[in-house]
Amino acid sequence: MAAGGGIDPISQFQIKPIVPLRPFGLDLSFSNASLFMALTVAAVSLIMVYGSSQRATVPGRLQSLAEIIYEFVASTVTGVMGKQGMVFFPFVFSLFMFVLMANMLGMIPGAFTVTSHIIVTAAFAFLVIGVVLVYGIMKHGSHFFGLFVPSGVPGWLLPFMVLIEAVSFVSRPISLSLRLFGNMLAGHIALKVFGGFVVALLAGGGIGYVIAPLPLLLAIALTALEFLVAFLQAYVFAILTCVYLNDALHPGH
Amino acid sequence: MPVRPSPSLGTARAGATIAALSVLILAEAAQAQTAPGAKASFPPFDATTFAGQLFWLAISFGVLYWLMSTVALPRVGAILEERAGTISRDLDNAAQMQAKAEETAKAYESALAEARKNAQGIAQAARDAGAKASDERRHVVEAELSAKLAAAEATIASTKSAAMQNVRGLGSEVAVAIVAKLTGQSPTASEASDAVDQALARG
Repeated sequence: MAAGGGIDPISQFQIKPIVPLRPFGLDLSFSNASLFMALTVAAVSLIMVYGSSQRATVPGRLQSLAEIIYEFVASTVTGVMGKQGMVFFPFVFSLFMFVLMANMLGMIPGAFTVTSHIIVTAAFAFLVIGVVLVYGIMKHGSHFFGLFVPSGVPGWLLPFMVLIEAVSFVSRPISLSLRLFGNMLAGHIALKVFGGFVVALLAGGGIGYVIAPLPLLLAIALTALEFLVAFLQAYVFAILTCVYLNDALHPGH
Repeated sequence: MPVRPSPSLGTARAGATIAALSVLILAEAAQAQTAPGAKASFPPFDATTFAGQLFWLAISFGVLYWLMSTVALPRVGAILEERAGTISRDLDNAAQMQAKAEETAKAYESALAEARKNAQGIAQAARDAGAKASDERRHVVEAELSAKLAAAEATIASTKSAAMQNVRGLGSEVAVAIVAKLTGQSPTASEASDAVDQALARG
């Protein structure tokens, strides 16, 4: 990272094409972002597909990991949506694992963080809301829009409430995408800034040698925090996805 | 307990459709935005990269979803289910075996109690029989002994009376001899005998 842009904390988000690809005037180049998306899929597949390939009754390490993740996500899904929610289990699982693995791979020094780009998190968020809308309307028809009409509200208040519900529904994908994007972006910038301080202080020499360990310690603490955030944001994303999908399953208030 | 996802083709199809649609719409939008040519300085907001990112994201997430929903998750679910089945089967077997063992122990115990009871009966019978036999023997021996005793007593009595007879005869002879020595006259045998009788009667 340091080699790429010195102390510039933004350059780590730069997308650099690896294999240029420009069909129909669209820039579809295979970039470093695409590479890390592929690595994310490969890493998740390694755990889940290769890990479970032994089908051992007494699991090995990788299979144990696969089973733990499976049961973790399954309990999250059933906890929020009940047994019926297992319809969405593969979807929630894929989302959770993609976001988690992308966040974790982003913690490798020099790596690209797929989820630090708003377009990626927004795509996921709109995919979730799209599934909610399509499934909700397919399953419940016009009853789905009962979601926006809270029961037990006096008539004169109802238009106001419907407006609020509608705004809250529309703001869901925005908050969902911005939360993940903002966390990943800010964390990586902070890490880079403190890492840059160390380099700058050491380059300055003199008193810099004395002060340099302070931002280094902070960078170490931030790294630990970022690992926590990487997991937590993936989990929050999965939980909120479940909560929103629950509306598609049970639109009544 | 693992809960296996019921494969919902409808959801998968809907998801795929939405993904494809959103990719197309956003890609078009991105393309439209980049047209003015304003150079974005902040990479995450650089719209020229949106189309490529969405394109590769759709592919990679599609592959991941396909792999997870068709290969990995059913397989892990099956493994977990199988394990749960194995465990419950083993537990059932263990419970059955335990029940069988308990039954066997009960049977053994009842057999033991029966045997003990039988043994007591046999011992009692043997004791009774022994006591009866020894009683009989004792009775026989006692009868024999009392018969012998009676015979002996009879012998003793007859011997004694015979001896007494002899003693009386001897006494009268001695009396005759003493009287003859003292008086010089010898009393007749009948006199002596009367005298002896009188003396014996006096004690």
